[in-house]
Amino acid sequence: MIERRLQPSPWVEYRRRIVNALGHGVVALATVVVLFPLIAVIWYTLREGIPGLTWDFFTQLPKPVGEVGGGMANAIVGSGIVVGLASLVAIPLGILAGIFISEYASARLAAAIRFVTEVMLGLPSILLGIFAYAVVVKPIGHFSAYAGAAALAIVMLPIVIKTTEEILRLVPRHIREAGLALGIPQWVVVLRIILRAASRGIVTGILLAVARAAGETAPLLFTALNNRFWHTTLDQPIATLPVQIFTYAVAPYEDWHRQAWAGALVLIGLVLVLSIVLRLVVSRTHFEHEQ
Amino acid sequence: MEPSQQQEQQTHTLGDDSSEPLPQSDDHGRERFRIVTENVTVLFDGKAAIRNVSIAIRTNKVTAIIGPSGCGKSTFLRALNRLHDIQPNARVEGRILLDGEDITTLDATLVRRRIGMVFQKPNPFPAMSIFDNVVAGLRFNGIRKRSLLEEIAEEALRRAALWDEVKDRLRAPATSLSGGQQQRLCIARALAIEPEVLLMDEPTSALDPIATAKIEELIYELKRTYTIVIVTHNMQQAARVSDWTAFMYLGELIEFDKTRKIFTNPSKRQTEEYITGRFG
Repeated sequence: MIERRLQPSPWVEYRRRIVNALGHGVVALATVVVLFPLIAVIWYTLREGIPGLTWDFFTQLPKPVGEVGGGMANAIVGSGIVVGLASLVAIPLGILAGIFISEYASARLAAAIRFVTEVMLGLPSILLGIFAYAVVVKPIGHFSAYAGAAALAIVMLPIVIKTTEEILRLVPRHIREAGLALGIPQWVVVLRIILRAASRGIVTGILLAVARAAGETAPLLFTALNNRFWHTTLDQPIATLPVQIFTYAVAPYEDWHRQAWAGALVLIGLVLVLSIVLRLVVSRTHFEHEQ
Repeated sequence: MEPSQQQEQQTHTLGDDSSEPLPQSDDHGRERFRIVTENVTVLFDGKAAIRNVSIAIRTNKVTAIIGPSGCGKSTFLRALNRLHDIQPNARVEGRILLDGEDITTLDATLVRRRIGMVFQKPNPFPAMSIFDNVVAGLRFNGIRKRSLLEEIAEEALRRAALWDEVKDRLRAPATSLSGGQQQRLCIARALAIEPEVLLMDEPTSALDPIATAKIEELIYELKRTYTIVIVTHNMQQAARVSDWTAFMYLGELIEFDKTRKIFTNPSKRQTEEYITGRFG
């Protein structure tokens, strides 16, 4: 008979169960601790922001100091314009750069670009604001929506590049080979098959970048500045939600604080709506793309 | 196309019974050999994965390539439609003649349109419908006419024995099909571009026996129209579906002959040992 050296003992079994239960507890607790600030922020913003969400808030310009009422219509539109302009530049450029790194660059070049992208991701956004100030605002001589968009585009670029590249690398090699084996040229395989297979992930990267840009304040202080009125051209300073929220939040007026909260809530809401719409569009184009 | 003198010498040293010079075309005047390789060597980072493989693949026949894992079967197959081009560390030497033309001097995408490939794992394009998958090779090469695409798609799906199963759901995602159906879809996708040769790299190794039987039946049907080269781990499969069999070992072609001869009376000791299961 075989002598069993692993003797099952009730004590070992008992201890295993306790350790298991403890482990479960620690993991669950950590999750709660992590989720708490997120939920608290949303709940607090909702509580403070909802009272300020009036019709005027969406349609009126800010009232002069001392007058109650008015809204952030110009800042809502302004944010849309500045982030939109930045996206127009950063999203196509970022996706193309991501494609280059993943599909065309040699391993060494790819590693180098990846490193630069990661460094860019880690740069404080105020630095990017100063950069845009030096490169765009200073030569032109005044603040403008363009300058704000340039600063935000620099914020967005590394995010779009990095997510695109990572998602493309997740598309298995055999899918590329299947495309090439059909005699499809490589660039068509990348644009029509690989990019499509990766579209969900790329959209996530775009959303991440847009959300980040929409919430940036520091780069806009040096570039788009602020405007209490409607802008007439994109060559002028322009109001944006984050800067307006910042201005109102540090002011000593009760009414402005209320509006700042409402502005924060609108900002969160806009990003949320955008992400839902984009996701719907992507899942639709997946199969009904050809008429 | 007139095959070169060199090709003639090369081919008749290979397993054909006759010592007479081989006729270059069959009774119907077709090319007797669709693909002839001459001393094909594939190197990865300067190390040879296969060495001096010379083989003549007969038109409208099924040629099986067998051998133990790592012997270079797939490496050889991938050389035939220039798939090694995409790996910067790979180098292919020797000549590969398709209808007498050296494919290494032709444009790779054009070669691949004439030599289709089916892979080990079913690999339909994700995020595309069944229909879009079948016509991908046509559409992405510039054919836009809807009626033509539909016509070719139906024909390809029928040839791949999948039409009846999918005709009512051509718009469904390709990934909603079962593994065996996906593999037949991949075959239909390869057939849609109307290649002359179909390469199959262990096309049934990821499938269950029923799906495997379907694919094997299909191969039997397809050889009327196409020249087929199939790499397989499964010796019974090679015996069942192929007319000619090549045995490879450690990157070299050991023996190439009629399938019946290879499986009943191989002339090399290594072939016999592999066939009888003594190694590999």
